[in-house]
Amino acid sequence: MTTAVAEAQDAHDEHHGPEKGFRRWLFTTNHKDIGTLYLIFSLIMFFIGGTMALVIRSELMQPGLQFVHPEFFNSMTTMHALIMVFGAVMPAFVGLANWMIPMMIGAPDMALPRMNNWSFWILPVAFGILLSTLFMEGGAPAGGWTMYPPLILQTGDAFPFLIFSVHLMGISSIMGAINIIVTILNMRAPDMWLLKMPIFVWTWLITAYLLIAVMPVLAGAVTMLLTDQFFGTSFFLAAGGGDPVMFQHIFWFFGHPEVYIMILPAFGVVSEIIPTFSRKPLFGHDSMVYAASCIAFLSFIVWAHHMFTVGMPLSGQLFFMFATMLIAVPTGVKVFNWVATMWRGSMTFETPMLFALAFVFLFTIGGFSGLMLAIAPADIQYHDTYFVVAHFHYVLVPGSIFAIMAAAYYWLPKWTGHMYNESLGKLHFWLSTIFVNVTFFPMHFLGLAGMPRRIPDYSTQFADFNLIASIGALGFGISQLVFVYVLLTAKKGATATDRVWEAPKGLEWTVPSPAPYHTFDTPPKARIAEEAFE
Amino acid sequence: MIRKSLFSLLGTLWAGAASADWALNMPRGVTELSAETYELHMMVFWWCVGIGVVVFGAMIISLFMHRKSKGVEPATFSHSTTAEVIWTALPVVILLAMALPAAETMIKLEDSRDPDISVVITAYQWKWHYKYQDEDIAFYSSLDRGSVEARPKNSGIDPFDVENFLLEVDRPLVVPKGAKVRLLITSSDVVHSWWVPDLAIKKDAVPGIINETWFRAEQTGTFRGQCTELCGKDHGYMPIVVEVVEPDAYLAWVETHQQDGERVAASQ
Amino acid sequence: MNDSTEKKPGNDSRSLTGKLLLLAAAMFGFGYLLVPLYDVFCEITGFGGRTNTVAESSQENPDFSRSIRVEFVTTVNEYAPWEFSADRDSMEVTPGKMYYATFTARNLTDDKKVAQAVPSVAPVSASGHFKKIECFCFTNQEFRANEERAMPLQFIVDPELPEFVDTITLQYTFYDTVRVSANDES
Repeated sequence: MTTAVAEAQDAHDEHHGPEKGFRRWLFTTNHKDIGTLYLIFSLIMFFIGGTMALVIRSELMQPGLQFVHPEFFNSMTTMHALIMVFGAVMPAFVGLANWMIPMMIGAPDMALPRMNNWSFWILPVAFGILLSTLFMEGGAPAGGWTMYPPLILQTGDAFPFLIFSVHLMGISSIMGAINIIVTILNMRAPDMWLLKMPIFVWTWLITAYLLIAVMPVLAGAVTMLLTDQFFGTSFFLAAGGGDPVMFQHIFWFFGHPEVYIMILPAFGVVSEIIPTFSRKPLFGHDSMVYAASCIAFLSFIVWAHHMFTVGMPLSGQLFFMFATMLIAVPTGVKVFNWVATMWRGSMTFETPMLFALAFVFLFTIGGFSGLMLAIAPADIQYHDTYFVVAHFHYVLVPGSIFAIMAAAYYWLPKWTGHMYNESLGKLHFWLSTIFVNVTFFPMHFLGLAGMPRRIPDYSTQFADFNLIASIGALGFGISQLVFVYVLLTAKKGATATDRVWEAPKGLEWTVPSPAPYHTFDTPPKARIAEEAFE
Repeated sequence: MIRKSLFSLLGTLWAGAASADWALNMPRGVTELSAETYELHMMVFWWCVGIGVVVFGAMIISLFMHRKSKGVEPATFSHSTTAEVIWTALPVVILLAMALPAAETMIKLEDSRDPDISVVITAYQWKWHYKYQDEDIAFYSSLDRGSVEARPKNSGIDPFDVENFLLEVDRPLVVPKGAKVRLLITSSDVVHSWWVPDLAIKKDAVPGIINETWFRAEQTGTFRGQCTELCGKDHGYMPIVVEVVEPDAYLAWVETHQQDGERVAASQ
Repeated sequence: MNDSTEKKPGNDSRSLTGKLLLLAAAMFGFGYLLVPLYDVFCEITGFGGRTNTVAESSQENPDFSRSIRVEFVTTVNEYAPWEFSADRDSMEVTPGKMYYATFTARNLTDDKKVAQAVPSVAPVSASGHFKKIECFCFTNQEFRANEERAMPLQFIVDPELPEFVDTITLQYTFYDTVRVSANDES
């Protein structure tokens, strides 16, 4: 059956194969090409943002200023965050969505292929602009990625470029999100009911709605900054009757859902991988969907937990504390369900599974520190210290980024048609996992001992843990070169079978490896879809 | 310098638990509320450890027992309503156990009635200004000269040779032991944040807005903190030092400083 | 839920895309709507210490059983060329009665200047209960070169002030409005 489909598709390819040269990539409307572009772009941004992180960690390796000036240090922290959030993590998930969602739901392509091309090609422009600010008069933005006024209004020439690039990133994300929603809602294979969809597709559907809901709010907030600076409005200027704290409210109304935009697809990836390598169906598929929806809903009513020190009325602080703690419930359900999926399974530990398991362990540690941060009186002590830095790096690096790595290893054979080098994959995993902990675990202690975040220099009592963290960061950075090597040699390994792994579920494993340029030109028969999930 | 910190790193590892108290954890602090905050922190921490032991324990057992290399046949169950209800309901109960004491502390923290002393703190890029409401005392407090000289790139001064590097000011805030000190915090330019870990006080200084908080220190001593909201290039160089002294010493201090008449035009 | 997808993707996709674009546009608008919503919210809760409350009547039922201490704090923003202070640092008031206070400001330059005073009240739970009847902060204040001027404030503390508040701090920040839009930091 599969072979017949494959042959049909091969024949088809001869007529509508990809164009040659750069035109293929510039004008492509093929979801697989665009997915690849997104993933490569995100890898490049990961290295640029990572280099900035290494500048930060080198400077913080010992007390005293050794390499950079404080202004540049602040630019580095600001740019590192913007690039990692909007340039590395989000595009990587959009890339995975582009590649996998049509194949998982049995659609020939994304619903809006031309818009898909646009939403990708806006990104290099946006980040070109953002990176060019490094060479401008007054330096790159240095007011933090949160862009709090009035400080951000002290940015030099870079200011309007910062705002413009954030607008472009927003437009790109919104277009990507619309495309994903339309694809999922309109292009599913017959008989793939909503609740039957793979979890990765589900989490992306929820994420896409979050994106459409909050990226425009960010766009609004930065537009207000722009008009405050150049067009005489006073949204955030106290002198004209505005309020700087209002920016923080609007920003975090965007910012907290943004956190879940970066983690929900990761939940989806892990929920695909753990069942495959446990050889057991995902435990509680439906409750996973409900938990993700619940988290998405709660993310809209907890934003002010980023602001426990700004001087809110008691009632506000209590409300945001309780609402934030509630998020632990659906998140807990997810973690328990993953453990229950492994329980009495028949596990093997290939690289994707290793990354997924590390995700569950380390994301949970990040979740614990998140719960601690929710406790308002304690948060007053933790707020804006390295404890917070440790917390969000635990949920973002061994959280989101490990999930992206896991996804890359999991689907790489499907993309390239060859098995990657398993020993090097494992080496990459162990190095990453060890160094990520060496880097970020000591930051908990630094924060509790009283080291504020975003400072270029610190008192001598913080020297030891900073040294450890810097060594870890350097190690983590170098370990990622192993990943690049694995990717570059990905086509040299043994030929991959169509199913690649022993027991994967889902339609993407019914097409040949490598996946032909066009898949599911005709929707898969209901029976195939059924089989894929049995 | 690297050698020095490597040595001290080894020293720390050697000393282990002895020096761990300050290096690894939140300080218990010197006020009733800082101690309560510390207790809350530890309570939630131990809950997390407990939950971690259960969850990670189950996971680790599974990782070792339920692997293919041991010839385990996978089970086929894919849901259990009982289990799912339990692990939804149980966390809610645990969360309540955490939330109630936290709310109690929160309420106490907001009660700034009957202060003995009020100090208006105005933040500037990059220093603090203190004005005692009822005494005729007002002064700026900025980074101490020792640190100022050592802080530039290639200053040639080893930070380890500077006492309290980056945590010393020229004029500290002086308050009496046992007095309820009300702080009124505002800013003259951008958002800053006033934090002293031992007092468990952190409050943002926002331009155009006045924020209120308070503390009552129960021990004398010198307590150090820093600005904790990014406020521009010298954000890392505006420390806070609070000296808690015996009430008599405080009165003497007030007297000498009133004679100095250090009033600053900008504050009037 | 169980919609099987026999539909033609074309038209359906277009209308769904349209709806989602509308949703995005609406959320952009919502970002702006948060501004007035925030003001209303502040008005009700005293969030942010804003006191835009203007008293309707000049006299409410005084509550002689309580005495509230009102403290005045004055700040000049970013070293603006003003001298600005309250004539007295604090006063004891009875809730429900009307009081006067005077502030003095002086233009330290030889040019005409315009200033705007921005009020804020601590604690936040009191800010909705501090009512100004007349205030120099309602409008821009013009100063001739080197002019010194007394500026009046007329206020009532609402008798419904929460029990747990015994001191109210009123802060004015003095802004040089010409400087407001100028971006002279680098």
